Amino acid sequence: MTFFQADGLSIHFGGIKAVDNVNFTIEKGEIFTIIGPNGAGKTTIFNLVSRIYEPTMGRLVFQDQDITQVPAHKVASLGIARTFQNIELFEHASVLHNLLIGRHCHRKSNLLSEILFLPSTKRLELEHREKVEEVIDFLDLAVYRDQMIANLPYGVRKVVELGRALCIEPTLLLLDEPSSGLNVEETQDMAFWIEDIKNDLGITVLMVEHDMSLVSQVSDRVLALNYGRVLAEGAPREVQENAEVVRAYLGG
Amino acid sequence: MRFIFKTRYEQDLNIARHGGDWFWYGLLLVLMVLAPLVLDLFYIGELTLVLIYAIAGVGLMLLVGYTGLVSLGHAAFLGIGAYTNAYFLGQGWPFLITFPLSGIVAALAGIAIGVPTLRMTGLYLAIATLAFSIIVEKVFSHWSSVTGGFDGLPVDAPDLFGYELWEPWQLYYIALVVLVLVLWGSANLLRSPTGRAMVAVRDSEVSAQSMGVNLAWTKTIAFAVSAGITGLAGALFGHFVQHLAPDSFAILLSIQLLLLVVVGGVGSLHGAIYGAIFVGALPQLIAIARDYLPPAVSQIPGLEPGLFGVILVLFIIFEPFGIYGRWRKVKLYFDLFPLYKKATFKRQKAYLKTERLR
Repeated sequence: MTFFQADGLSIHFGGIKAVDNVNFTIEKGEIFTIIGPNGAGKTTIFNLVSRIYEPTMGRLVFQDQDITQVPAHKVASLGIARTFQNIELFEHASVLHNLLIGRHCHRKSNLLSEILFLPSTKRLELEHREKVEEVIDFLDLAVYRDQMIANLPYGVRKVVELGRALCIEPTLLLLDEPSSGLNVEETQDMAFWIEDIKNDLGITVLMVEHDMSLVSQVSDRVLALNYGRVLAEGAPREVQENAEVVRAYLGG
Repeated sequence: MRFIFKTRYEQDLNIARHGGDWFWYGLLLVLMVLAPLVLDLFYIGELTLVLIYAIAGVGLMLLVGYTGLVSLGHAAFLGIGAYTNAYFLGQGWPFLITFPLSGIVAALAGIAIGVPTLRMTGLYLAIATLAFSIIVEKVFSHWSSVTGGFDGLPVDAPDLFGYELWEPWQLYYIALVVLVLVLWGSANLLRSPTGRAMVAVRDSEVSAQSMGVNLAWTKTIAFAVSAGITGLAGALFGHFVQHLAPDSFAILLSIQLLLLVVVGGVGSLHGAIYGAIFVGALPQLIAIARDYLPPAVSQIPGLEPGLFGVILVLFIIFEPFGIYGRWRKVKLYFDLFPLYKKATFKRQKAYLKTERLR
C-alpha cells in the first residue's frame, strides 16, 4: 500500500514552472524533509498537498486514495494536518479556542443542537476538550491556555500552531519551516517534539526546513529541490554531499 | 480581582463564569422586568426600541463581529421581517406563527444574498449588500398587492392565545423575552463548533480551510442566522411603529445598525447591547442638544446622519473595540489598582506577516 505519493506533480503560474514534474513517496512512520533554496517550490508543494492550489498536472495519492480532486476543507478529515510558514493562527482568540478549532473536522453536532446547546452537544464539546488537553500536556502549553494569541511571543505561537495541527489527530503532518523565527533553544525543543510526534504518536511527518542541523537530526529521508525540479533524494547525509545540491546552495 | 479555581472542563463551557455573573445578570433582568411598573409611557417606548435594536444588533454582530463579513444591507432584512410578519398577521395568521416565519423568510433572504457574495469580502461585500438593500427597498414600494406600496401597511397587534396585545408594555415584554432567547441562542452557537468556525473564518480563511472548516457553508450559515435574527427584530419593529412604509428601511437604518456594532464593540455580544443603548439614546440626545444650540447650527439639514458618521469615524480611530472594550479597560484598571500598566492593551507587533496567503 502507498502511504503518500506525489506522481508527476506540476503547477505552472503563467510561464513560471513553480513545481515541475516532481515525484516522491513517503513511507508510513518516517520524517520526510524537503529542502531547497528560496523559491525552489517547497511551500508550493505544501499548498498543493493541502489542496489550496490546483495542480496543473500530476496526481496526489494518500493511503491508496486519489486526493487530487478533494476540496481543501475535506483534507483535514482525511488525516492530513498542516502548519504555516508565517503562522496563520486565529489571533483574536485564546490558545484553547485555537486548539478547539483543530477539532473542527471531528464535529458531529448539527446547527440546531448547537443553538439549543443540547446535552449531546455539551458531551461532544467535553470530549473535544479532553483531546485538546492531551495536546496541551504533550506540548507543555498549560500556562498559555487562556491567553490571547495576539499577546503571545513568536516562539509560543509556533508551538500553538503545531498543537492545533495535532488536535486534528492526523496521520500525516505537514510542517512548513517549523524552526523559522525560533532561537537555538526553541529550535532544539522543536526537534525533540518532532521526534516525539513520530515515535510516541506514530504520525508521519512531511517537513520543509532550512535549518540543516535540525534536518539532519530528525529526518529519515530528504528531497532537495531547485527551480521546482528534484535535485536529489536520499538520506540526509547523501543529499547534503550531493554536488548539484551544493552548487544550488552556494552557486557556481 | 477574582480568581476562579477550575476543577472541571464544564466550567469553561458555562455562559455565566461564576456566582458574580449570575448575580449581576440576574439583577439586570429583574430590573428590566420591573421597569414598566415604574416608568411612564415615553420611556417604556424608548426602552422597547433599545431592545429591538439590541436584537438586530446581536444579529449583525454575529456577521460583522464574529464572521468578519461587513453588511450595509441589514435594514433590508429588518424590512423583510417586518413586512412578512405584518402581511401574514393581516391574513389572519396567529402571531406565534407569523413571528418565527418572519425570521425564517429573512434567513432565506440572507442565504440568497450570502451565496452569490461568498467570494467577496470587505468593501466589495459592503457594496453588494448595499445594492441588495436598495433593491429590496424598491420591491417594498412597488409590490403594492403585498406591501401596500407607498401607502404603507398597517400592522395588527400581536395576539397571544386569543388576546390582542395593544399596550406598549406588552410589546416591551415580548421584545425582552425575544432578546433573552436570542442572546442565549447566540451564546450557545458561539461556544460550539459553528461559532468557532465563524471566528476562524474571520481571522484566517486559509488556515480555517486547512482545519476542515467549509468556508462557503460557514459564511452562508452566518448570513442566514444573522439575517434571521434581524428579521425577528424587524417583526417587532413593525409592531413598534404600527405602520410600515418603504422608506423606514432605507440606508440610514443600515448605517445605524453598523454604527451600533462598531460603537458597542466588535466581537462581543455585550457590545451589541451597549451599542443598542447608544443608538437608541443618540437621537434623543441630539434632539435635546438642538434646544441649546444656536439656530444656525441646529437647523442644518442632515445633522443626525452627519453626527452618526463622525462618531463612527472617531470610534474606529480611537477605540476600535467600542464601548465594551473601554469598559473592560476601566474594569481592569480597578481590578489591578494600583498596578495597572498603560501598555497592557497595546497590541504586540506581529512580525513576519509577509507572504500571507490570501
